Amino acid sequence: MQVTLQKAFVKIDKEQCKGCTLCIETCPVDVLKISDRFNSRGYHYTEYVGDGCTGCGVCFYACPEPGAITVYKRGAIVDEEVLSEA
Amino acid sequence: MATTILKKPSTFYEVFTRKPDADKINTHYCPGCGHGKLHKLIAEAIEDLGIQDRVIIINPVGCSVFLYYYFDTGHIQVAHGRAPAVATGIKRVHPHSIVISYQGDGDLAAIGGNEILHAANRGEHITVFFVNNAIYGMTGGQMAPTTLPGMKTTTTPRGRDIHNEGYPLKMAELIATLEAPVYVERVALTDAKNMAKARKAVRKAIQIQVEGKGFAFVEALSACPTGWGMNPPDAERWINEVMTKYFPLGVFKDISDKVEPVKFERKILTPEDIKKAIGIDGGEITQVKKYQRNTVAEKYKNPKIKIAGFGGQGILLLGLVLTQAGMLEEYHVSWLPSYGPEMRGGTANCHVNISETEIASPLVSIPTVLIVMNRPSLEKFERTVKPGGIIFYDNSLIDIEPSRKDVEVVAVPATKIADDLGSTKVANMVMIGAYIGYTGILTKESVFDALDMMVKRKEFNELNRRAVEAGMKFVM
Ligand SMILES: Cc1ncc(C[n+]2csc(CCOP(=O)(O)OP(=O)(O)O)c2C)c(N)n1
Ligand code: SF4
Ligand code: SF4
Ligand code: SF4
Repeated sequence: MQVTLQKAFVKIDKEQCKGCTLCIETCPVDVLKISDRFNSRGYHYTEYVGDGCTGCGVCFYACPEPGAITVYKRGAIVDEEVLSEA
Repeated sequence: MATTILKKPSTFYEVFTRKPDADKINTHYCPGCGHGKLHKLIAEAIEDLGIQDRVIIINPVGCSVFLYYYFDTGHIQVAHGRAPAVATGIKRVHPHSIVISYQGDGDLAAIGGNEILHAANRGEHITVFFVNNAIYGMTGGQMAPTTLPGMKTTTTPRGRDIHNEGYPLKMAELIATLEAPVYVERVALTDAKNMAKARKAVRKAIQIQVEGKGFAFVEALSACPTGWGMNPPDAERWINEVMTKYFPLGVFKDISDKVEPVKFERKILTPEDIKKAIGIDGGEITQVKKYQRNTVAEKYKNPKIKIAGFGGQGILLLGLVLTQAGMLEEYHVSWLPSYGPEMRGGTANCHVNISETEIASPLVSIPTVLIVMNRPSLEKFERTVKPGGIIFYDNSLIDIEPSRKDVEVVAVPATKIADDLGSTKVANMVMIGAYIGYTGILTKESVFDALDMMVKRKEFNELNRRAVEAGMKFVM
């Protein structure tokens, strides 16, 4: 089922993250943090703290990896599964 | 509707199957590398402009050599610094395509400095993205033309000394001084504000090409955390605080509102167009004629032929006719004129292969057949002939005999025979006749047809044919 997002959020695929922290550095509301865990390639990866993302999108452009970050803005229409993963 | 989801642009392959290692989802770049940030902006612009099927990206030498792993577009990977030249060629033969030249500062400003200036000066309708990270990234952090004064690199361990290495090249400024470029901007792949500007510049530079307006150049100051020995956020801060002092950001030239766009129609050539272009006027392409090959003695098969004489004897044409006839008989063939310094002495030579199998190199250094039409050529090339090979020489002009005992030697008074037929000029044709008559490598029929194709002046046809026949008669 498709739902309309009431609230923005950001999704980071930890396997595509190289832990460069550029997204953390740029997030104006400071809702990204580096994990103390490693991904399978040995990088500390970045995580969304789970709340507070405004959907501004600047982390998306800060990230050098093509698919590591996906930003869902308020009003985006998405599959329900996407929401549950958030 | 504004985009509500920012995700991996569809211009990127979903899975990077071209990457040889096991990891097919991440780029090969170091963490925090500016190349990835620029890739994303370019990919997004291509997607939004709906031009993916028309884009051809020229992959440079440098860390971004593997662009073709990531972008689902056309690609050519080219020699170091040569991207603008290849981009020029592609754009000119495929004007409807969108040609993007992507280059680092070593590639563009050092080894390729000359290429980019001329492409810009010619106003080629290409888009150039220039990644300035002040260093050679791929090879381990050597000084680039863009390295800042005092900056330490592996080749300037005490810092770039302007008295020894000169000043950094400001490519955007340099290119903006030329008449032809339409749009030149420098951006920085750093914080949110600069990324927004970079994003706009990337789009504009591609849009200009889509609209047929001309040459667009975007220089992007880009972090190389590895080469600079900094963590990624510090590297980006260094760009903002230090690099931009020397390389100021901004638009250096923009005449995109003033230039008259060129309309590039997609042109799909019809067989008629092609015939016209190559000068087969009106003639229908009829049933392709099949040629019967002669049976050739084993030792004369797959000849590697060197033909030499002086300029004016038709040496190159002699080779061309053999090559064309070989092609008609469906052999693999090659023809290579050789321009050594001896060209200036008025001698000419060419290399011909006629082969039953694919030809690895068109070069003939050790010929199995040597055809020589003047004495210097005999003296020069006799020793190169393969033992068991064969030498044809014009003994009406060459007053010595070949001295080799381990090769066959056939003396043909080609010039004298030609004179008797009424024109010294057809001595080369007599030689063709002698060669094919003696070895049987090609039939008279295919040589005659090749002559019709190669010799534009039809009034020579009859004489040429008689000369070939005279050469054949002489040896048979
Ligand atoms: C003809 C030639 N000369 C030298 C090299 C070695 N080489 C490979 S990459 C490179 C420099 C690349 O630097 P840059 O263009 O700044 O790209 P980056 O790696 O920093 O992205 C050099 C000199 C080469 N591959 N070919
Ligand atoms: S979209 Fe904006 S607010 Fe949300 S995580 Fe990214 S930078 Fe932070
Ligand atoms: S910018 Fe991208 S690669 Fe770097 S830490 Fe954030 S998500 Fe990971
Ligand atoms: S060496 Fe520098 S330019 Fe090359 S991938 Fe690493 S960070 Fe990027």
